[in-house]
Amino acid sequence: MRDWLIYRTFWDLTVTGVALGSIYALVALGYTLVYGVLRLINFAHSEIFMIGTFASLITATNVLGLPMLEAGKYPYRTGFQLILILVACLVGSMVLSGAGAVALERAAYRPLRGSGDQFGAVVLAFVTAFVVGLIFFNTPKSNLLFGIIGTGPIAWMYLSLFRRGRQAPRLAFLISAIGASTAITEAVAIWGPRDREQYQTPRVLEKKTLFKLFGTDIRIDYVIVIVGALLMMTALLLFVNRTRLGRGVRAVAQDVETAKILGVNVDFVILVTFLLGGVMAGGAAMMFTLVYDQTKFNIGFLLGVKSFTAAVLGGIGNLRGALLGGMVLGLSENYGSALFGGQWKDVIAFVLLLVVLMFRPTGLLGESLAKARV
Amino acid sequence: MSLSESMKSVTSGARSVSRLGEELGKQSRSVRWSFGAICILAVYLLPWWPNIPVLGWIIETPGTSFPSVLTDQVVIFVLVALGLNVVVGLAGLLDLGYVGFYAVGAYTVAILSSQHANLPWLVCMPIAVLVSMLAGVILGTPTLRLRGDYLAIVTLGFGEIIRITANNTHWLGDSRGISKIATPPSIGPLKFGVLDAKPYFFLGLTVILIVIFLLRRLENSRVGRSWNAIREDEDAAELMGVDTFKFKLWAFAIGAAIGGLAGSLYAGKVQFINPSNFPLQLSILFLAAVVLGGAGNMWGAIMGGALVAWMPERFRGFADKRVFVFGVALVLVMVFRPQGLIPRKIRKERWLASWKPATNTAPADKE
Repeated sequence: MRDWLIYRTFWDLTVTGVALGSIYALVALGYTLVYGVLRLINFAHSEIFMIGTFASLITATNVLGLPMLEAGKYPYRTGFQLILILVACLVGSMVLSGAGAVALERAAYRPLRGSGDQFGAVVLAFVTAFVVGLIFFNTPKSNLLFGIIGTGPIAWMYLSLFRRGRQAPRLAFLISAIGASTAITEAVAIWGPRDREQYQTPRVLEKKTLFKLFGTDIRIDYVIVIVGALLMMTALLLFVNRTRLGRGVRAVAQDVETAKILGVNVDFVILVTFLLGGVMAGGAAMMFTLVYDQTKFNIGFLLGVKSFTAAVLGGIGNLRGALLGGMVLGLSENYGSALFGGQWKDVIAFVLLLVVLMFRPTGLLGESLAKARV
Repeated sequence: MSLSESMKSVTSGARSVSRLGEELGKQSRSVRWSFGAICILAVYLLPWWPNIPVLGWIIETPGTSFPSVLTDQVVIFVLVALGLNVVVGLAGLLDLGYVGFYAVGAYTVAILSSQHANLPWLVCMPIAVLVSMLAGVILGTPTLRLRGDYLAIVTLGFGEIIRITANNTHWLGDSRGISKIATPPSIGPLKFGVLDAKPYFFLGLTVILIVIFLLRRLENSRVGRSWNAIREDEDAAELMGVDTFKFKLWAFAIGAAIGGLAGSLYAGKVQFINPSNFPLQLSILFLAAVVLGGAGNMWGAIMGGALVAWMPERFRGFADKRVFVFGVALVLVMVFRPQGLIPRKIRKERWLASWKPATNTAPADKE
């Protein structure tokens, strides 16, 4: 019976699968970039995506003042207005996600590499003071006050700690990433206006059918997602392969020590890598809200895991692999849930990963960022 | 400021504990044994510790009875931390889906004692351990040939697969879960009922002590040395003739078995389980326990497990914010002490310390 369903809805599933796959691929790029450069599973990247969805929400409601989901009422009159709104949301989520990724790098990873700076010290100090305040007082205002007062002396202490310049073992980075991810998610869940509930995002776009393909309606939001993702990925590939800074990224991915000797500012390159990943995740986040009209504090978790799965599927550290992995994962999830039922969707993704890794232990395209060529 | 001071005091405390251990090592065997016996007795009396004047005020848990915190949280977390420490700390394999094995253990007991059979708990428990060990082998065989980072994501997937499968399979009780799970049999005055949590604590503690004993034997054996070698440098270990795959699989299976053991204890205590008892976040908390305490050091893992389980109960004020605090704590501990609160003793240092005097006194004589 379900076999019949998949024949009937095959092209539907393909279109939605490619759209979902594009989002996976954009987020996977962040994982793959950071892994290529630092050999680190940036567990908190999913939270960068989550921040992006909220940035898009904030831009739409608080900055642009758009109304919430209402049937038949859309905030634009002309196509130009619509494009402005979309670009504003996109820029909003890209900026906040990028900033979040950079802040994450400097606060949670850089101190472990033995080259922590003032910014990281201040962020860590504030968080420390805030948590200590949390234990002793329990009102948000006194917490915040305590956090701000405590930041100064604790930041000084962190700086003196950083000056020792100890390099932490690799597991420490991953644990720090897991910790940061948990802390960011929970912070949004605890102090967000709707706690652990779902947030509806304003419906920016009327989801009209643009054209028909194989008897399937191709909706405008899917077209935006797919085309947007392809554009962003092309831009990223051009950046990594053609620019001076991109060459720095590839150099660090190949060999950190040699790159350092040859005059590459490694810390800056790593920062740029995080920024690129954050911007890609921001774009993905905006498109996600465009299609699904909702977000939640833990929305990044499963999507992040899936995107990382996509990155591994394609071959981690490989930019084109991320694209391929994302598409394969998005499509097989859609076909699979039509075949076996939607509740098995996540199981299908992981089983697929397991099977691919058994036969191709370095992923489908299995290349490193350093060797990637276009 | 206060956090750094408390961290310092914790580390200096850990240092003085290890110094105490060294002092004790010099004493005669009878002194050591009696000291150990007193310590074990003190731990068995833990449920009554809140009655001690100053210490009791520190460790008491407002709002929840202390013995039930011990059994529901501390015992389980310590046992799980011990098991995960074998995988993460000793063999250096990153397992992000450890809750899967814990769930397998709990579900095995639930199925055999309530859902599909009526076996007593004592029969179910060893079966649960075996089944989760088998799950470890089944998961490990294809994945342990992969690089470490892939292992992390695959195990994470495994944890989710177990939970989703339990949630969607009627045979496993769906999302409603399984109730009326058998409790351990009562022995004399130890009645395993609903009212008194202490018997479960004594049982759990006994199990923990047995596990500690076995793991200590294992750590100092050929297997333990192989794990050390694999963790430090897998390629070098392989070159030196260590069958890395075999020993990694052993670590995985033993870790899984201990996880299943913890799961069976948990099922026997709460008598009702459903898939939402085994979220992925629990895996993260387990890993946090091991790394917080110090991966690779059994005492570190025990301390980490106890701390992670007990702290949220002690500070009820931030019970809803506890996961946030743990997240932050993980980052901060990694910044301060990347090797954990009680780090693994490094063999090399000890070896160097014993080696140096000889070279200083007479370097030329030997040539």
